[in-house]
Amino acid sequence: MLTALFSSVEAGLLYAIMALGVYLSFRILDFPDLTVDGSFVTGAAVASVLIVNGTNPFLASFAALLAGFLAGCATGLLHTKGKINPLLSGILMMIALYSINLRIMGKPNVPLLQQETVVTIISDWWKGIGVDQALANIIPSFVPKTWAIVIVMFLFVIVLKMLIDLFLKTEIGLALRATGDNKKMIASFSGNTDQLTIVGLGISNALVAFSGALIAQYSGFSDIGMGIGMIVIGLASVIIGEALFGARTIARATFAVIGGAIVYRIVITLALRIQFLETGDVKLITAFIVIMALILPQFLSARMEKRRKLQAEKRGESVANSQTDYKSV
Amino acid sequence: MLTLKQITKAFNEGTLDEKVALKHINLTLEPGDFVTIIGSNGAGKSTLMNIISGRLTPDTGEVIIKGENVTNMSEHERARYIGRVFQDPMAGTAPNMTIEENLALAYNRTMKRTLRFGVTKKRREFFKETLQTLQLGLENRLNAKVGLLSGGERQALSLLIATFTKPHLLLLDEHTAALDPARAQLITELTKQIVEKERLTTLMVTHNMEQALQLGNRLIMMDRGQIIFEASGKEKEKLTVEKLLQEFQRIRGSQFASDRAVLV
Ligand SMILES: Nc1ncnc2c1ncn2[C@@H]1O[C@H](COP(=O)(O)OP(=O)(O)OP(=O)(O)O)[C@@H](O)[C@H]1O
Ligand SMILES: [Mg+2]
Repeated sequence: MLTALFSSVEAGLLYAIMALGVYLSFRILDFPDLTVDGSFVTGAAVASVLIVNGTNPFLASFAALLAGFLAGCATGLLHTKGKINPLLSGILMMIALYSINLRIMGKPNVPLLQQETVVTIISDWWKGIGVDQALANIIPSFVPKTWAIVIVMFLFVIVLKMLIDLFLKTEIGLALRATGDNKKMIASFSGNTDQLTIVGLGISNALVAFSGALIAQYSGFSDIGMGIGMIVIGLASVIIGEALFGARTIARATFAVIGGAIVYRIVITLALRIQFLETGDVKLITAFIVIMALILPQFLSARMEKRRKLQAEKRGESVANSQTDYKSV
Repeated sequence: MLTLKQITKAFNEGTLDEKVALKHINLTLEPGDFVTIIGSNGAGKSTLMNIISGRLTPDTGEVIIKGENVTNMSEHERARYIGRVFQDPMAGTAPNMTIEENLALAYNRTMKRTLRFGVTKKRREFFKETLQTLQLGLENRLNAKVGLLSGGERQALSLLIATFTKPHLLLLDEHTAALDPARAQLITELTKQIVEKERLTTLMVTHNMEQALQLGNRLIMMDRGQIIFEASGKEKEKLTVEKLLQEFQRIRGSQFASDRAVLV
């Protein structure tokens, strides 16, 4: 049980990078970008093929990031220059990427089992510094295979989050946020909203593809189907995170998204322990979680409103009653 | 400062809904001119503003700003020269961003955006000083989201951020129309102060004739896509609301058609 939860935290940290990308498009640019399902696999495909062909895994992961950037820019071009609506631009790019990803991989599945990857490099380096033994002494009740991924990825994701926070405070970052907030306004202040949308989607999908590259190396393969429903997982992370941790400021929101990605993995892991549910049900559970996260807040606020009105009415009635009392006297 | 030559604009050309919004408009603004524009609904006032700002391109004719032909320049490029305030108080600011971030966005109007921080210590001081001129206490709420401000406060902020970088041309399209009388008065007063202080060349559309007479050194009346009456300097000072209405009847031979042309 603990081991299962531990690996869901590991995976959650890797998926958090994807969720941060979805946050950028969905929340910052206000652009529901379905490219994600394709660009996640593009990242995995580029990294795997390069690694299999002997490229340094770090370099391969960086190449994946660039490929994702290009995919996002393409979606941005479809929307801004081609005047195609956001959802359709994303869907078109997603379907186009399916074929492109197959071309990149050459086959539907590329195994990475015997390869040196970012994950194996970090784990090997970690063994050398002996933190695991130290932690095993401190927490003898729980000894995972390695703390390497959790700790290194945690630090990496935090640094990434801070970079995003800082970027969104730069002049270009502010203009990007304004593009999602009030296009008319930023255009009247010399903001090239087309360019900003294209670059914004580029950065978003770069993160998504990078996450895909890491997931491929973590799970030891890339697969043409590994991106199905990825956008919904990203949205689930964003929505769950915001509901649990708040989103008042950018720094808070990016933190929430990372938290949301981890919580999502944990929820899925726990759900799959229910006898009745099977691995194939994951997507259904995901959809259910997102639906709940979207409906519950509405439902709760509607109930609160109703209760408030009822109480107000009661007060009104008692006032009316007291008035008749007054008259009868 | 601004020259419009033979501007014509039609919507839905060649269809049953064809609507000629502007017909051969010629207009020249000298530096420091403050022109108020009045006219009935559908006269083409907003269309004219949108053609000057680059949101719409004219079918024929030229827009020249500071001697440069900008007819085919995109809206965001042209924004270097132009400050704008819209009728909708929600339109001129970014609601989910803070007051200081909105100022920072506007501050970059005339320069290339870079990866430097939008709000620096130095800029924040400048923003505070600028906000103080509004006397609404916004300088103490730099980190409040703009969406939390009242309509009047938002419009005052819109006016401020459209003007504090001294645009060559200021376009105001009924920017007090959505506010209650007291707030409209406040914004009108601020407009007057700012335009006078910075000597901004300004075009202001209004449905309030009294306001159109009070403000500015020139007045234009538009109807059915044409400028039908113009007055400036001494001649404008002598105008009254009655005279304007008479003038309109004389030219068009009909009652002023606007239900919104209130006599305040
Ligand atoms: N995008 C558009 N498509 C079709 N017709 C339009 C469009 N924009 C404006 N028009 C028409 O052009 C004419 C001029 O409109 P415009 O908005 O410039 O009027 P206005 O003088 O600003 O009126 P108001 O006082 O109501 O704001 C109107 O008849 C309007 O219906
Ligand atoms: Mg108008």
